Amino acid sequence: MIAFVDESAVRAALAEVPDPEIPVVSVVDLGMVESVEVAPDAIRVELLPTFVGCPALDVIREAVEQRLAGFGRAVGVSFGYRVPWTSDRITAVGRERLRAAGFAPPDDPAAMRCPYCGSGEVALDNLFGPTQCRSLHYCRACRQPFESFKPV
Amino acid sequence: MTTAAASDLVPATPNALALLLLAMADDEFVIGFSDSEWTGIAPLLEEDVAMSSIAQDELAHAQALFRLLADVVDDGRDADAIAYDRPADGYFHARLLDHARGDWAQTIARRFLYETADAVRLEALAGSSYLPLRDLVGKIRREERYHAMHITAWLERLASTAGEPRNRLLAALDRLALDAATVLAPLPDELSLLMAGVVDAPGSDLDARWRAAIAPVLARLKLPMPPPAADPPRARTDHSDAFRWLHGEFTSVRRLDPRAAW
Repeated sequence: MIAFVDESAVRAALAEVPDPEIPVVSVVDLGMVESVEVAPDAIRVELLPTFVGCPALDVIREAVEQRLAGFGRAVGVSFGYRVPWTSDRITAVGRERLRAAGFAPPDDPAAMRCPYCGSGEVALDNLFGPTQCRSLHYCRACRQPFESFKPV
Repeated sequence: MTTAAASDLVPATPNALALLLLAMADDEFVIGFSDSEWTGIAPLLEEDVAMSSIAQDELAHAQALFRLLADVVDDGRDADAIAYDRPADGYFHARLLDHARGDWAQTIARRFLYETADAVRLEALAGSSYLPLRDLVGKIRREERYHAMHITAWLERLASTAGEPRNRLLAALDRLALDAATVLAPLPDELSLLMAGVVDAPGSDLDARWRAAIAPVLARLKLPMPPPAADPPRARTDHSDAFRWLHGEFTSVRRLDPRAAW
């Protein structure tokens, strides 16, 4: 017996695949899923790398293959640049989850708010952070260092 | 592609396209490895993080370009084999990147010269008729924007601090001067790339665009404009002892274990 599967079932499953570096958000929250194709014998997923050199891509590919294996079809995961990933692809839910975990979602520098206290009295410490997609900031109001997702 | 319909274009010779990809990939590869030497010993903790992150970006761009090159060359070598299995003389990076990272001022001076030239090159490829490269360049440019902000801030900081910082920067620009313009020196068979719509202008135009872009910055900071490349046909050959040393370093893991992954 073959389990019923359609695109929305696959997308719902992908929403349970966490980003390995910021596990509070999924690949769907980050807007990495460009297309999902369900064929009689295969499921093909096209993902967009957030950065060219994101070292988590292999881990993400394996996690997606593992999560979709239960549908009983061959799973093909591809990464491409035909459509560039941009930080405005992060969903509203994704932005809220980032904020709740202490990451300021991507914004214009002028609109940057501390994810802990909401103050706009923040300073950029370093454009570059612990991973390629993150910058380092400091909140002068609550004296808390925090990270933001780079707008790209 | 904006200037001609696809049917007007003749295909680029595979060799010309391969040399363009090789030049770009080797540039990013060599500056990425060279600057990654600051990891752990940069003058500020913030710069340790920044330079490591930038080097990681450059190496990733190189890897993606080597993958495109492997498809074009199609001789059984994968990206890793092309990246690591050549003798030092087989690399095709610009001579600007042959210099050692030197002191911090030399790293900043070289990054400024390289990043500004690379930005002009990427812009010239933004509408490329070779779609895999056009797509990749679209993505790379979004990341390079951060490198440009970083390096311009550092150039200004060193140039406008009298005494040792400015003196070291001037000395570094002087050491690099004859090789400063090598990144955009015309590639062999560039006419074929032009006619095929792979690039939108010849190297001489790109050099003029680069000079127009950096002239106001250098003038404001009272820094000298780089002279023309001393010997354009040798812009990417006859590499230095400093590069031979770096080559020995970055191929060491591969020689130890050819199956090691990036």
